[in-house]
Amino acid sequence: MYIPALLAASDRTFWEWVVYLLQNNWMDFLRGAGITLLLAAIGTLVGCIIGFLVGIVQTIPMEPQDHLFKKIVLKIVRGIMTAYIEVFRGTPMIVQAVVIYYGSLKMFGIDMSAMTAGFVVVSINTGAYMSESVRGGIDSIDKGQTEAAKAIGMTHFQSMISIILPQALRNILPQIGNNLIINIKDTAVLAVISVTELFFAAKTLDGMYYQTFPVYLIVCAMYFVMTFTCSRILRWYENKIDGPDSYNLAGPDKSQNTAKKRSPGISMQLMSGRYFEQRSAMR
Amino acid sequence: MMDGSKSPVIEVSHLVKNFGKVEVLKDIDFKTYHEDVICVIGSSGSGKSTLLRCINMLEVPTAGRILFHDRDIMDRGTKITKYRAKVGMVFQQFNLFNNMTVLENCMAGPVKVLKKSREEAEEIAMKFLEKVGMDPYIHAKPDQISGGQKQRVAIARALAMEPEVLLFDEPTSALDPEMVGEVLEVMRELAKEGLTMIIVTHEMAFARDVATRVVFMDKGIIVEDDSPEVIFNNPKNPRTKEFLSRFIRNK
Repeated sequence: MYIPALLAASDRTFWEWVVYLLQNNWMDFLRGAGITLLLAAIGTLVGCIIGFLVGIVQTIPMEPQDHLFKKIVLKIVRGIMTAYIEVFRGTPMIVQAVVIYYGSLKMFGIDMSAMTAGFVVVSINTGAYMSESVRGGIDSIDKGQTEAAKAIGMTHFQSMISIILPQALRNILPQIGNNLIINIKDTAVLAVISVTELFFAAKTLDGMYYQTFPVYLIVCAMYFVMTFTCSRILRWYENKIDGPDSYNLAGPDKSQNTAKKRSPGISMQLMSGRYFEQRSAMR
Repeated sequence: MMDGSKSPVIEVSHLVKNFGKVEVLKDIDFKTYHEDVICVIGSSGSGKSTLLRCINMLEVPTAGRILFHDRDIMDRGTKITKYRAKVGMVFQQFNLFNNMTVLENCMAGPVKVLKKSREEAEEIAMKFLEKVGMDPYIHAKPDQISGGQKQRVAIARALAMEPEVLLFDEPTSALDPEMVGEVLEVMRELAKEGLTMIIVTHEMAFARDVATRVVFMDKGIIVEDDSPEVIFNNPKNPRTKEFLSRFIRNK
């Protein structure tokens, strides 16, 4: 355990070690954190794109009068997508990383770098979870929205793009934030295929100094700063796209929005009007 | 109005709609001519709304034909979106697009479907928002305005497509009593201008005063289809009489 060269160094107290590490190895920590953020950001982004594509296909309506060819293609594509979701949600990411990194070379002769394998694993893993979130987000939009879009002559695609997806996106934004935060933390497992992210950096420094606690305490704090910042930014963004709580009138309200606010003339006419009275009588 | 020289705008013939084993519409025949204001009345579950939804193909009919200017809209060759652009619909639950402001709601159709420029679409939208008295509220989101206001915007949204026929599916049934008047007032105005409308409603007085024809439905069939005078003053069918008895007694 005690290597002579490090004996003198080990006289340092715990906090002295923390300071020492930060002074001498700050670049290693930052580089690791940078790669972690990059993996999490790209993985979440690509995962979202996959999730939206799969979620949209899963919610294409299938009508009885549709062409048989369309039905068959849709059935097959959906089968593949369901299998994808179940497999990637149902196996640990650390195992997926090993299988994809080593398996791609053995099976398909694709020699990808550990970093590329890392991007692929995080993306398709996030995609599997996001698909279900997107499907839920689309399903949660009131059917009336789709019907109203259809009623003015929009195609399914048009109503998706301009009516349904913007609302679904707003609803699943917390879920996207969740995935980003999970990815920042869970990219740590990619150390198993030697992706040089923050956890890998920690392992390396730990191996250099045998100072497990100081090293991992610093890393712990760094992970927390990253996730907390991201969660605040997302919250701010949610509020921003919700828009202001109030609106400005674009002119005087001549129309009077309720009977109470109507000018006396119209109001009297309405309140005592034939059909208004009969309406009440009907109830 | 019903002279033979004019062909109907919408002609429904032998329309049948089943939901599973339940027959909701049984052999419906029904014609709409230009400038008709048809009120469809009847108790809940009589198939009124389903008929309206079939006309707009929101429900696919089980059998029968729906002709729009003598063209079968259920033909494979008919572009259903083109047809819907000409036949507007106003819903009981308003169904304004929640992600858009009042103005954007009315511009969506002209821009996306009719492919008009944003300037032109805005002009059209403003014209109809002014007509329903909602022009001061163009920047509001749907959840910031009242039910009556929402329905007036929904009417403006449908009008912005400049449709040939406008379908109303119980437009005032989800409104507070005090907001019913403002919506009926707008519809009354449209009827006066000669817009062709098919209105499913429980507003008997409105039907009597505004409709050119009243259709009474019961258990999936059209029991009586006549002028409002006949339907409300001396209905021929005993079922119509019974349905309207409360209303007539209250008159």
